[in-house]
Amino acid sequence: MSKVLKQTIAVVGFELRKFSAGRKWVFPVLLAAGPVSLVSMLLLFDSNPPNNGDITEIFAVMFQTFILRLVIMFGCALVFSNLYRGDMVTRTIHFYLLTPTRREVLVAGKYLSGLLITATLYGATVAITNIVIHSANGRAIAEAHFYNGPGMIELFSYVGIAVLACIGYGSVFMLTGFLFKNPAIPAVFVLLWESANVFLPSALKKISVVHYLQSITPVPIPFGPFAVITAPASVSASVGGLAVFTVVALVVNTLLMRKAEISYSSD
Amino acid sequence: MSGANASPSGRSHQEMSGANASPSGRSHQAISSQPDQIVFTNVSKYYGEVLGVNKINLKIGPGITSLVGPNGSGKTTLMNLMTGLIKSTRGDIEVLGARTDDPESFYSRIGYCPQFDTFPKGFTGFGLLSSLLKLHGYSRREAEETAWRAIEQVHMTDAAHRRVAGYSKGMRQRIKLALAIAHQPRVLVLDEPLNGLDPMARAESIGLFQKLAESGLFVIVSSHVLHEIDIISDAVVMMSNGYIVAEGDIQDVREEMAEHPMEILVRCDQPALLARRAFSENHVVEVRIEEDGTGVLVRTRNLDQLYMLINRVVLEEGLTIEGVIPVDEDVHSVYSYLIGSDGAIKL
Repeated sequence: MSKVLKQTIAVVGFELRKFSAGRKWVFPVLLAAGPVSLVSMLLLFDSNPPNNGDITEIFAVMFQTFILRLVIMFGCALVFSNLYRGDMVTRTIHFYLLTPTRREVLVAGKYLSGLLITATLYGATVAITNIVIHSANGRAIAEAHFYNGPGMIELFSYVGIAVLACIGYGSVFMLTGFLFKNPAIPAVFVLLWESANVFLPSALKKISVVHYLQSITPVPIPFGPFAVITAPASVSASVGGLAVFTVVALVVNTLLMRKAEISYSSD
Repeated sequence: MSGANASPSGRSHQEMSGANASPSGRSHQAISSQPDQIVFTNVSKYYGEVLGVNKINLKIGPGITSLVGPNGSGKTTLMNLMTGLIKSTRGDIEVLGARTDDPESFYSRIGYCPQFDTFPKGFTGFGLLSSLLKLHGYSRREAEETAWRAIEQVHMTDAAHRRVAGYSKGMRQRIKLALAIAHQPRVLVLDEPLNGLDPMARAESIGLFQKLAESGLFVIVSSHVLHEIDIISDAVVMMSNGYIVAEGDIQDVREEMAEHPMEILVRCDQPALLARRAFSENHVVEVRIEEDGTGVLVRTRNLDQLYMLINRVVLEEGLTIEGVIPVDEDVHSVYSYLIGSDGAIKL
C-alpha cells in the first residue's frame, strides 16, 4: 500500500474516531432520523393511506424539498463545516499540521471521512424512508413495487442522488468551514440559494448543487407557477457538473490548507 | 549556535546594535541553506499591526538551546514559526535544509511539544499516539510499537490506556512530549515543557532532554524557570518585545556585557589582603569583604586581569584560595541585566 493511501486512510480513521467519540454525531443522526420518523408517524396515524402511485409522488416531493434541501444539506453543513473549523475551535488542528503529511492528503482524508459519514447516514435515511413509505399499503404491494415495478430503480436512484448531494454539499461546506468562522452564516445562505433555485434564471441555476440533482431525480415534481422552467441536464452532465464543482472546491480547500496556520494562540 | 550576522558566538545584541532600531539589528548577511542547522534569515511576524517577532537572524546548532524572555517576548511565536504552525510575514526559515512548504520532509525532522493543552476527544494516550503515528505513514503494528516506546520514555505506561481527558496536567504534558519524540525527529521544539510537572517528573524530563541532546538532537526549549535553563542549556537565546537581545553560550554573553562588571567571589584565607590589592587595580570597580570573613566579592570590568591579579597575590603573598566563583554568570543574572523584571530591554 502506498504511503499516501496509508496516510489518507489514517486521516479518515482519525476523523471517524473523533466523530464517534465526541458529541458531533448527535445532530447529524437526529437529522437523518427525521424523515424516517416523520413517515413512520404519518403511517401510524393514517388509517387510510394513499395508493402506491400517489405515494411515489409524495416521496418525490418529500425527497426534493425536505430530504435534499433540508436534511442532507444541513447534515452536510454540520459534518463538513466542522472538519476544519471544528479543529480550530477545539484547538486541535496542530496535531494534523505537525505530521509529515501532504496537505492535499489531509484535505482528501477529511473530505472522505465526511463523505463516508453523510453518505452512510443520509443514503440509509433515503432508503429506509422510501421502503417504509411504500409499505403503507402492505407488504405484498410493496414487494410488487420493488421487485416487479420501478421501485428498485427509483430506490437506487434516490440513494445515488443522496450520495451525490453529500459529495456536492460536502465540498461546499468544507470550503465554507475554511473561509468562515461561523459556519451557520454560509449554511443559511446556501439554504436560501438552493431553495430559491427554482426561481432563478437558467445561468444562475447552474451555480448550485440542487440544480444538477433535480435533473436526475426519477420522479419530477411541480414547483408552482412562478418557477423558471429550464431544460433538465442529462445524467452525465449532472454527474460531470457536480464532479467538476467538487474538484474545484477541493482544490481551493487544498490551497487554503497549505496556507493554514494556527490562530488560536496569542504569544 | 551563532548569530546570523558577523557576530561571534555569544554576544549581547545590545552591544552589537548600531543605528538600527532593532536591539538585534544589524545589516545581516544572507544566510545560505544549512542542512545541519536551524536558520532564521531576517524573519518577522506581525499579527495584524501587533509585532510578534522582528528581524530575527539566528542559527541554532545541535544540543540544548533555551529561549528565555518574559511573557509576550516572542518565544512561542519563534517556536511556532520554527515548526511551521504560523507563517512569517517576512524572511525565511530552514530547519536542517527543509522548509515548511515540503511538509513530508519538514515534519519528519521536527517534533513539537506546544503549549496548547487541548486534545481530540475520546482518545487514550496510547490511542492518540498510535493514531497520529499512522498519519506519519507507519503501519498499524509499527505505529503501536513506536507509540509504546515513546510512552515508556516519558514514564506513562501505567496511564497509557486511560483517556487523555482524565489525565492530570503533568500527564498531559508528558503525553505531549511523547507525541513530540515518538517519530524520532532530529529537532525537538519544547514550549514550556516542564509546566505542570512535579519535581520528580521535571528531573526525569530534564534528563531525557539531556540524553536526546547528547545523541545529537537539536533541542530547543523555552522555560521561565531560569535555574533549570541554566542547568541544561548549551546555548541561550534571550528575547524581549519580539527581538533577540542576546544569544550564545551564557558565559560568552555575560563577558560581552562590558557595562555590567563581572562579580567574582574569591574564597580565601586573607580576604583583607586581596581586597587591598584589588583596590589598586583600575579594572576593579568594587570590592566587598564577605560578612563571614571568608571571602571577597570583586566587581571587575576585566576578568582576565582579575585572574592575573589573584595569581600574583598567591605567588607574592602566599594567599590560599579555596574557590573562585562567578556570581552573576548565570542565565538569571544575564536576564536581569538585559531584560530586567519588567521585561523591557535595558539599553
